[in-house]
Amino acid sequence: MLEVEGLTKYFGHKKAVDQVSFRIEQGEIIGLLGLNGSGKTTLLRILAGSLLPTAGRVTIGGVDLLQEPHEVKKNLSFLPETPPLYSDMKVRSYLRFVGRLKGMDRGRLRDRLPVIEAQTAIEDVGEEIIGHLSFGYRQRVAIAMALLHEPKLLLLDEPASGLDPVQIVEMRGLIRSLRGNHTVILSSHLLPEISQICDRILMIQEGGIIGEGPEEELAQQFTRKIRVRMQARGERPEIEGCLRELPEIEEIEWVREEDGRSSFVASLSEDIRETISLKLASRGLGLLEMARTDLDLEVTFLRLMQKEEKPS
Amino acid sequence: MRVVWLVLCRELGAYFRSYMGCIILAVVLLVDGLLFNVYAIGGGSKYSAEVLRQFFYFSSGTTMIASIFLTMRLLAEERQMGTMVLYTTSPVKDSQVVLGKFLSAFLFLCLLTLLTLYMPLLIFVNGKVSMGHIFGGYLGLLCLGSAALAIGMFGSSLAQSQIIAAIISAAILVAMLLFWLLATVTEPPLSGLFSYLALHNKHFFPFMKGTVNTRDLVYYLSVTWFFLMVSTRVIEARRWR
Repeated sequence: MLEVEGLTKYFGHKKAVDQVSFRIEQGEIIGLLGLNGSGKTTLLRILAGSLLPTAGRVTIGGVDLLQEPHEVKKNLSFLPETPPLYSDMKVRSYLRFVGRLKGMDRGRLRDRLPVIEAQTAIEDVGEEIIGHLSFGYRQRVAIAMALLHEPKLLLLDEPASGLDPVQIVEMRGLIRSLRGNHTVILSSHLLPEISQICDRILMIQEGGIIGEGPEEELAQQFTRKIRVRMQARGERPEIEGCLRELPEIEEIEWVREEDGRSSFVASLSEDIRETISLKLASRGLGLLEMARTDLDLEVTFLRLMQKEEKPS
Repeated sequence: MRVVWLVLCRELGAYFRSYMGCIILAVVLLVDGLLFNVYAIGGGSKYSAEVLRQFFYFSSGTTMIASIFLTMRLLAEERQMGTMVLYTTSPVKDSQVVLGKFLSAFLFLCLLTLLTLYMPLLIFVNGKVSMGHIFGGYLGLLCLGSAALAIGMFGSSLAQSQIIAAIISAAILVAMLLFWLLATVTEPPLSGLFSYLALHNKHFFPFMKGTVNTRDLVYYLSVTWFFLMVSTRVIEARRWR
């Protein structure tokens, strides 16, 4: 359905998208996960044909976006973080305008409008002026606008941004209902948003894809290390000195020190929990607690992003 | 043409929905009426043709100012509100969007100009002027308005803020109006060039007298085409940024 090859975008000397390549099948819901400023919106804008790439190729349904942009745009829809709504127009007039702009004829528009209004629950505000609607309703109108012409590819940039918890749940349900009929790419900097809706995740950092796959696969990929949370009796220097003798311990994160007890999390290249307990005991550092605590994807994601952040 | 018509209808409706159009309409008619009373009708006896000439003279000023106000929001507001993405992600050409928006402003200007018709008709009924003079003058106003609207579109394409758009457009308009002054202080061939490029004097004065010259029509159409073309290029170039 969608193939992206070596997509690169420079803004002046700044590289916003860096050699991005991926492939998405028809009917998949893909999450684009990255921190703010990681290049998600730029990537979506390029895929939507709103921004031209410096290099690379995008084909949607076998048609090259750069060669035949009009043909491709008939089959895609882009909903940016700030919905493109004309606040002076009535909801129904606005949808009719967008439908016609997307190339729908009057007959198809007449049939489609009641369906999309029902799907997004905006029938009761059809004759209201958009500027007078609440934020939640405006977001629904925006979704209706994006789905109106039944695009094969739907690009959603932070669709839940600014919604309240109830509206977020509704939005998730709506996006899930699109599975199979539409191919959806949805961007977010919040993993829960993505993990609850998407089939696959693309992790983006500084314009480049750093991970790709289902959530479980990514979690495994990024959490090969074994993490063990421990509490031992003793001061930090003693414990650290003892554990540093074990080459399998790659990293120690100190959590808390109080009442002569130290809590910490160790990253291990191998499962040497027994060796650790014996080693600490041999030095008189009583092990009070030990539990394996491998990372979930969210923590991994946060750590990964923070680690790769350049020092200012 | 379908897209042009679609954009035209939306923008024409927006003038009335936002009251901006009505305010511009009311202010221009008020100012035109006042100027007509003070300068054209008042101030001693005049020939009817001179009264009509003066009417077209001050109407040209209000037309140019109205054009700036009518166009300042057309593209700048789209960028400011983030609605430009509707066009850039739809199967439409930038030139169709620019043309649709320009034509909406032009139609509104035609309506505005038409509503001033009662003043020349008063002269026609009470004095002695030809319909040709009235027609020529109005054609000139619309030509000048068309060029000013295109300049306004260009200003609006450059800025994100409507105020900045209006300032840019006004600066270009004033510069083009003052070319005739440059023409008086420069040597040929520059003086000829500046004289030709001047937006008002050389090209509008014949219309004021009811004379329609092809070269003046060509000039105003060229200015209109040029600024619409560069506005389209500005929007196209924005896809790289």
